[in-house]
Amino acid sequence: MAKYTYPEEKDLQKFVVARYRKAWIWQTLFLGSLLVAIVSLLALLLNVVDGAFGYVAYEFKKDPSTISAKPIEQLTQQELAALLQANLSTGAYKKLNNETPMGERSESDLYGLVLERIIQVDTKATYSLSDSLFRKAEIQAEVAEKYPKARLDFRYWLTPNFLTSPQSSKAEFAGVRTAILGSIWLVLIAVTLALPVGVGAAIYLQEYARKNSINTLIQTNINNLAGVPSIVYGMLGLAIFVRAFEIFTSGAMFGIVDANGRTIMSAGLTMGILVLPLVIINAQEAIKAVPDSIRQAAFGVGATKWQTVWSHILPSALPGILTGSILAMSRAVGETAPLIIVGASTFISQDPSGPFSKFTALPIQIYQWTARAQSEFHNIAAAAILVLLILLLTLNASAILLRNRFQRRY
Amino acid sequence: MVNMNRPLDLRKKPRIGESAIQALLFFAGILSVFTTLAIVFVLGKEALLFFNDPEVTLAEFFTSTKWAPAIGDFGIWALVSATLTTSAIAILVAVPLGMSAAIYLSEYASPRARSILKPLLEILAGIPTVVYGYFALLFVTPILRSLTGEDNLGVYNMLSAGLVMGIMILPLISSMSEDALSAVPRSLREAAYAMGATPFEASVQVVLPAALSGIGAAVIVGISRAVGETMIVAVASGATSEFTFNPLQAAETMTAHIARISGGDLSYNSIDYNSLFAIALMLFLVTLVLNLVSQWVVAKFREQYE
Amino acid sequence: MKENSIMQPEAPQYAIETRDLSIFYGNFEAVKGVNLKIEKQKITAIIGPSGCGKSTLLRAFNRMNDFVPTSRVQGEILMHGTNLYSRDIDPVEVRRKIGMVFQKPNPFPKTIYDNIAWGAKINGFKGKMDDLVEQSLRGAALWDEVKDKLKQSAYALSGGQQQRLCIARTIAIQPEIILMDEPASALDPISTLRIEELMQELKKNYTILIVTHNMQQAARVSDFTAMMMLYGETRSGTVIEYDDTKKIFTRPGDKRTEDYVTGRFG
Repeated sequence: MAKYTYPEEKDLQKFVVARYRKAWIWQTLFLGSLLVAIVSLLALLLNVVDGAFGYVAYEFKKDPSTISAKPIEQLTQQELAALLQANLSTGAYKKLNNETPMGERSESDLYGLVLERIIQVDTKATYSLSDSLFRKAEIQAEVAEKYPKARLDFRYWLTPNFLTSPQSSKAEFAGVRTAILGSIWLVLIAVTLALPVGVGAAIYLQEYARKNSINTLIQTNINNLAGVPSIVYGMLGLAIFVRAFEIFTSGAMFGIVDANGRTIMSAGLTMGILVLPLVIINAQEAIKAVPDSIRQAAFGVGATKWQTVWSHILPSALPGILTGSILAMSRAVGETAPLIIVGASTFISQDPSGPFSKFTALPIQIYQWTARAQSEFHNIAAAAILVLLILLLTLNASAILLRNRFQRRY
Repeated sequence: MVNMNRPLDLRKKPRIGESAIQALLFFAGILSVFTTLAIVFVLGKEALLFFNDPEVTLAEFFTSTKWAPAIGDFGIWALVSATLTTSAIAILVAVPLGMSAAIYLSEYASPRARSILKPLLEILAGIPTVVYGYFALLFVTPILRSLTGEDNLGVYNMLSAGLVMGIMILPLISSMSEDALSAVPRSLREAAYAMGATPFEASVQVVLPAALSGIGAAVIVGISRAVGETMIVAVASGATSEFTFNPLQAAETMTAHIARISGGDLSYNSIDYNSLFAIALMLFLVTLVLNLVSQWVVAKFREQYE
Repeated sequence: MKENSIMQPEAPQYAIETRDLSIFYGNFEAVKGVNLKIEKQKITAIIGPSGCGKSTLLRAFNRMNDFVPTSRVQGEILMHGTNLYSRDIDPVEVRRKIGMVFQKPNPFPKTIYDNIAWGAKINGFKGKMDDLVEQSLRGAALWDEVKDKLKQSAYALSGGQQQRLCIARTIAIQPEIILMDEPASALDPISTLRIEELMQELKKNYTILIVTHNMQQAARVSDFTAMMMLYGETRSGTVIEYDDTKKIFTRPGDKRTEDYVTGRFG
């Protein structure tokens, strides 16, 4: 044997050190990749927060001092109503009064109306949170030079008002109430469809299905559906729910006239179909985790298959199934593309009145506002993203809590 | 007391309730097959109407590089070029980063570090794509523009969309690759150590190649996700149906085109409307093939180590 | 158990020795107070009932237990007078000198050729690779069976061939000591016989330590035998007798050894 072909003594030491150095470099690169991902996540979150707060430079089309002796912030409810009556055209005032009588409107509502309709805020520029914090002097100088008449205020774009206001064509007054309600309706319909069907399918596949070609086909098919792009589901929803079943999804069947198929119902059903594979796969995992001993115990006392499933397997698998369903819900909340296809309305300021209403949803609003050119819309897009992310965080946190709370150790 | 003298009847009796429930459950299971059939039927039917239109020829659709429905040009390459470009950028970002992250997590990270790092990746995976779109347009694009000069890079460009799409796919690639790495039996790792390999040599030269087919499946799923991704490109890569592979340019992908046209005022049964289904059919078939291939690869990979 | 109660074989040439070696998993002392001196170019078998720490002890020799996060070692393992567990020792270099063959054949999912070449490459082999591959395969009595399919996957070989390939790749990096952890337990009798014959060839150049649960095998192949058993209130494994194999199997010094080798152990 060739004995001395490996490095020995000094050479060996050098050789090993070189190997370790190489390993260290690579390990650093691996860690670096992971850090790139995490830095991206932080950048994304910071970028959103950065957009949701900051200075805003604005002008009033009509100087408040010309219409009221007192500063308008201090006016009472009645005074504000009077101000509206005095400065709006009769027709416009009547229309507002018909929507909700002035006497029933709150002070902040009226204050908003005065700002929006009479004084008319005109936003000139908005600044990000980081700029507002670190470049305050520069911003003040810039605003003083470019917009000498403008006021400069620090604005929280995400406020309770933002959550409760309906949509508006003006970013300063727009809110996400309509969109949140739309999203809630949507998710409820999707879950109502996907949960029973999904759990049923999972029970069938785990407990009843023998290994034959049909069942293999079903399983493969479910795995594939989970990978179909969401926009394709949108096309399916457009052709089937919006058009083919228009008589149902428009509500015409139930006596609703003057509507088309682009309703919450169509969107909810589309979303339900989209999350169905997810619900099935998660429920299958949950059922798989129920130990065989429980099945055998039930069969051992003479239970039928369904009695076993209903009384023993489902209760044991329930936390897992619910966790999976919540995750499916958060997927449905964040999906945007299918909603565009089935026709979420881009501008709608009325709350959805039922499943056959036209609608908008949170991600649709984010998309619309992001696509606008004016920077104040980017600010409300950021605020809406915060709302969406907090909603998702809540959903996912409750899924994790549920899992931990009910996790059984067999 | 049980009457022991009574004859024992153990014959099968019909249980109507049981059978009905089983039928119902079977129906729930088979429903997903109908979904697929419905997709194929709907997309196929409308696409057929499109291809039967005298203005359209199959040859033009698959070879022309011009997409301008207003003047009757339907060449899908104008859209495919953007899909390919953005997906390629995304894969170039996501695969090396995702694989490296997976190696770090499965081979080096302490259990404590893993318990912090993995949930962060999962958060990244759970962020809606429209938020990534916002991030691409209002964070990444301005940075890229200040790096390249505003004259060289427009507000809408494929580079930014592709990069952000890569970040979006990264967690998927990383978690699937990590699964593949941890599926490699311990004995192989031990064999490498016993021959004087450093942990790095064992993981990169033995474990990684052994997990390669599993990682390949992850890459395929990643490609499929990139091709089907809509919101990032709809927000950040522009609305011009341009045949170009230049990432600095704006161009519209297949998905973004569908989203833009169908989001507008679209009349049913127009050639525009039908053309969207033809594009969607392409998307569906491509992603279907990719998903099937990746499932097949994963099954083979599992077999190898069972 | 006191050290002097174990009879040490009388020969001056030791490849490796342990001094008061104890191995812990967390707080559990899996192996306790082992003192062994392993003779050069001999085969030493470690026998004993299952779960008595044979494999744990064997894996301590090339520091494979390092990969169990909670494991910890007390005492010393000395090779050429150096403690393998002293702070400045690199386990990677230890394993380069002390090779290992595992219970189940575990070839790399590479070609037969690369299975052998890989270990040589990472350890900085400078000679002609083709020659090394041939020598190693000849050394493992596998050359004639695989010389025409070196570029095929190692997974295409039979279990016995795979195990000899694992031996071949171990001797390719020219260690001084080869550890074998029940190397034939997953093989059929004929493959087992071939491995045992191969061991007799290998001991001309290498020191071999083998763990086996098969007493006939220990009696057939080994020169020395260490008998391990669970001991004391902590149920830790320890070596209760270490001697010439013939003596262990014919005139054991310990009653428990006698019970075990004659099959009376409960």
